[in-house]
Amino acid sequence: MRDVAVIGVGLNKKWGELWEMPLRDILAEAALAAIDDAGVDHIDSMYVGCMSGGLFVGQEHLGAMMADYIGMTPVPATRVESACCSGGTAVRQGYLDVASGASDIVLAAGVEKMTDVSGDEATYALSTASDMEYEAYQGITFPGLYALIARAHMHQFGTTREQLAHVAVKNHRHAAKNPVAQYPFEITVQGVLESTLVADPLHILDCSPITDGAAAIVLCSLDMARKICKKPLVKIIGSGQATSTIALHSRSDMTWFESTAKAAEKAFKMAGKGPRDIHVAEVHDCFTIAEIVILEALGFTERGKGGTAAESGMTALGGRIPVNTSGGLKGKGHPVGATGVAQVVEITRQLRGESGERQVKGARVGLTQNMGGTGASTVVHILEAQ
Amino acid sequence: MVGIVGYGAYIPRNRIKVEEIAKIWGADAPSYKRGLGLEEKSVPSPDQDTITMSVEASKYALKRARINPLDIGAVYVGSESHPYAVKPSGTVLAEAIGATPEVHTASFEFACKAGTEAMFVCIGLVESGRIKYGLAVGADTSQGAPGDALEYSTAAGAAAFIFGRDNVLAEINETYAFMTDTPDFWRREYEHYPRHAGRFTGEPAYFKHVLGAATGIMKKSGMTPKDFDYVIFHQPNGKFPLNAAKQLGFQKEQVETGRLVPKLGNTYSGSSPIGLTAVLDVARPGNKILLVSYGSGAGSDGFIFTVTDRILGVQNLAVKTREMLDNNKVYIDYGTYAKYRGKIRKAE
Repeated sequence: MRDVAVIGVGLNKKWGELWEMPLRDILAEAALAAIDDAGVDHIDSMYVGCMSGGLFVGQEHLGAMMADYIGMTPVPATRVESACCSGGTAVRQGYLDVASGASDIVLAAGVEKMTDVSGDEATYALSTASDMEYEAYQGITFPGLYALIARAHMHQFGTTREQLAHVAVKNHRHAAKNPVAQYPFEITVQGVLESTLVADPLHILDCSPITDGAAAIVLCSLDMARKICKKPLVKIIGSGQATSTIALHSRSDMTWFESTAKAAEKAFKMAGKGPRDIHVAEVHDCFTIAEIVILEALGFTERGKGGTAAESGMTALGGRIPVNTSGGLKGKGHPVGATGVAQVVEITRQLRGESGERQVKGARVGLTQNMGGTGASTVVHILEAQ
Repeated sequence: MVGIVGYGAYIPRNRIKVEEIAKIWGADAPSYKRGLGLEEKSVPSPDQDTITMSVEASKYALKRARINPLDIGAVYVGSESHPYAVKPSGTVLAEAIGATPEVHTASFEFACKAGTEAMFVCIGLVESGRIKYGLAVGADTSQGAPGDALEYSTAAGAAAFIFGRDNVLAEINETYAFMTDTPDFWRREYEHYPRHAGRFTGEPAYFKHVLGAATGIMKKSGMTPKDFDYVIFHQPNGKFPLNAAKQLGFQKEQVETGRLVPKLGNTYSGSSPIGLTAVLDVARPGNKILLVSYGSGAGSDGFIFTVTDRILGVQNLAVKTREMLDNNKVYIDYGTYAKYRGKIRKAE
């Protein structure tokens, strides 16, 4: 396997309700930004992560559409789907493509256009990432499933409602420094607790929003990157992917994301690093409770102690390990297919020292964790500045 | 000098509180109240509709205008709840106030701005000299589907304005219209309730057009927010008009007199026109008023008025809008509301 570097990153200009832009334009804007950033004149192969172009905008076959709209036909292009983990999976497919030697320069993108449908339709589309027969058709949606996880975590470990709120407050504080973010403003713990109750104990400000957005990166073999890349080099030193049961009720422990633990274990082993070596991380905070459980599964905190991380400031900018400096899914927005790619964009910029107000000083090693459903699939990447 | 010679409003007595509706649907009343800025809304009785409310409001307008109804050359009713699909509301209204038969009538429809459309056209006809007086009414018994967010706001009410050239109580200084094809809210034939595009009804719809019309009319007239004593915006909820005012640089005090929606609800075609009647009820000679309506689909009409000395002599000639809003209220429960609004289907 060859070493692989990230040589270009890009997002579309603004995430949010992009009612005047079709999916293809959002995707092309991000892809072209990444190609410009990389400064390359050709691509050998490309991947695009998207959860449900079909249900959200009635458009599938996004590989060909992307190649077409960025003027890159006949380059091979593959659409990748793994629910909310589609983006991370596209990155991993791109990584494997370069690492295997099949391609030298690969574009990995992700996109979702979610706000063209009603809230009910969006909720339905998202629920297809759960076990439709045994979960969704019985009437439970994602806020309900994550509320069960939160209840179980509170019961088992004494995690508090306020600790959940602190995760959203911290991520909004980061998003306030990110001009691309859907919600670039701060919120308060009291504001979270007083916001509309969605599924007890989760309030609306515990939940990531519905977002239109896209992200893209350019991957290249490290050897070639050393010759053509003019930006600080960032190498992928670990890549792990794992699965868990698709239905939450099939698990022996509702307060644990086994796929995240397994994917992280593989990525850490490959990188020769451990949780304590990570300087900055982007994780899948689709709900506040998710970030808490993820911190535990990644080994950033002890089991059951994830609730204290945001509250104590450990995961805030300036803390021991800043998490979701981009604003995370909560503050930056969560266009599901784009999220996993955008995490790599944020970490790459952090490791290049390009993050401005959000810069984590001296960050050399970063981690991304992207997750589908209630943790049925996870992809973890570890990146290091060269 | 063309202007308003008489005005009147009508608000039904029945009210239903946000809590009562939320209770039925298992919704969180405090967050609806906070989120929409609504407390309660008016509900028409079973024997009230757009026509009966138009008649009430027009009678009050005539009391203030003190003109012979036979001198009215046009009767225009703007509404999205005309009782008949085919047959104008204006014929009944014109007959009821004694304006027939030498009178032109038409029904207007443009979602929530049908009332100001009727005003716009009346002003033009009076200005041209084609008619001596014109009566324009905005009235609605608006519909919201059971359980929909609209159900918390859709209310009933009417406002009537008589326009003429002499004896005006408020002079028209400027008019302006701003419109694009923006499908934010619609109801197709044979559908009971309108459908709407959720959050799309905000930024690209209401705000784009309200701000566009307000900015346009101020530019056309060379005026700025500081030049106005009162401003009335279409008020689909409590938040939107305040937000629009803030974005344009108006102070809250300029908006509050005409912002009735927290206690009234959205009376659709009656919304900003009823707000104007509440302002005229307390206005003083020389006051400058900006009115900007909004209708989904979408467009806004803008009007600038200057109040004359005659206002002081007419304000007490008929019931004032705030008096109707604040007094003689009858609170009803959801069951009564459902029955009054025809939401219960009985066996044939």
